[in-house]
Amino acid sequence: MEDIKNIIESLLLVAEEPLTIDRIKDILALAGKKEIQNALTELSSEYENRKGGFFLREVAGGYQIRTRPEYREWIKRLIQPKPLRISKPALETLAIIAYKQPIIRSDIEHIRGVDCGGILRMLLERKLVRILGRKAIPGRPHIYATTKQFLEVFDLKNLEDLPTPKEISELSDAASENMD
Amino acid sequence: MIDMQEKLYKVQIDDIFEGPMDLLVHLIKKHEMDIYDIPIALITEQYLEYLQWMKAINIDVAGDFILMASTLTKIKSRMLLPVHEEETDDEDPRLEIVKPLEEYLQMKSAANELIARNLLGEDTFVRYPNQENHSMDQDGEIIKIGLFELIDAFQTILEKISEHRGVDIITADTVSVRDRIVQIVEIFETRKSVTFNELFPMNTDKSEVVVTFLAILEMVRLSLIHIVQNTQTGIIRLFYL
Repeated sequence: MEDIKNIIESLLLVAEEPLTIDRIKDILALAGKKEIQNALTELSSEYENRKGGFFLREVAGGYQIRTRPEYREWIKRLIQPKPLRISKPALETLAIIAYKQPIIRSDIEHIRGVDCGGILRMLLERKLVRILGRKAIPGRPHIYATTKQFLEVFDLKNLEDLPTPKEISELSDAASENMD
Repeated sequence: MIDMQEKLYKVQIDDIFEGPMDLLVHLIKKHEMDIYDIPIALITEQYLEYLQWMKAINIDVAGDFILMASTLTKIKSRMLLPVHEEETDDEDPRLEIVKPLEEYLQMKSAANELIARNLLGEDTFVRYPNQENHSMDQDGEIIKIGLFELIDAFQTILEKISEHRGVDIITADTVSVRDRIVQIVEIFETRKSVTFNELFPMNTDKSEVVVTFLAILEMVRLSLIHIVQNTQTGIIRLFYL
């Protein structure tokens, strides 16, 4: 397939969610994964060389064309997106779930030292976390994990792509900065 | 003066909402303490002073704060006990708060790293920013359907399958209802609604169809989804709540 790169580009333009290599393979039928991967890499470097308004991001297990962060203010004039509005406690709770998943509520609360019921409900509603099931211990508490939506919103390829938490030696400084 | 008041107000809000761990971090930072060598007497005193102040301005001091206060006091008293040389395996009583503090600080920094990324809908955008676009009223008039319509639809699908499959092929991987619910939820994470038929691809076997149907029923029961039917097209759609 000579025009595989163009075909994939057209798919990326129309797709409503990050396109996985498997999905592209299903559509193209004749192309191998390696070939698709190469085409994607090529597309990505073309976008990088061009330095235009968008680029190719690997998110949530797939590929997606996204606008460059430099132009965020202009886009906000066009579409007035709903602001993400995530409070600091909610963000901390989300970070705990992301790094420690699968995790139950009492373990989250143990780390944060406060009740997290309301925050968890909000994170569930916004589909950033989900309930995986129940833990087979007394009370059968819910087990929480992050969603695909979480990966998409936070621009992560997968869970391994989460930044490695800093060592504590670096942390004391970081924590002081964050306090302000 | 106005500045001062605003600052006070802000501190107050933060501390109510963020709990005893945050108060500890605040005090450690304020007094530039090393978290591996916390002057326990000082921090306990400061902590209790803070609780007093919170009570004074009529904030309901939550149990979490009191619990931390008692932990601090306990550590402080254990620190006062004379250390015998031979009991070297006695660990530093302060570890009881150092470990959780470490973990808490680490997660706080992780949270800051997360929010600093190029957030979708904030820093970077895609062509279809609103997944809510597939809203319910797009399909025209709809009615909520009952169990019987659902069973009818299910029977149609079963018939469709038996036409397609002359021989039953034995397959080892069967999916449980719970797994199937997880799979369906994953579909809903990417879009707001799915048609009933989409969940039953042509080449699935009977047991899978049954599992999927049970999964749908269970999801309705748990009110994870609701199901509607278009009066004109007869298409049944599932919406994630």
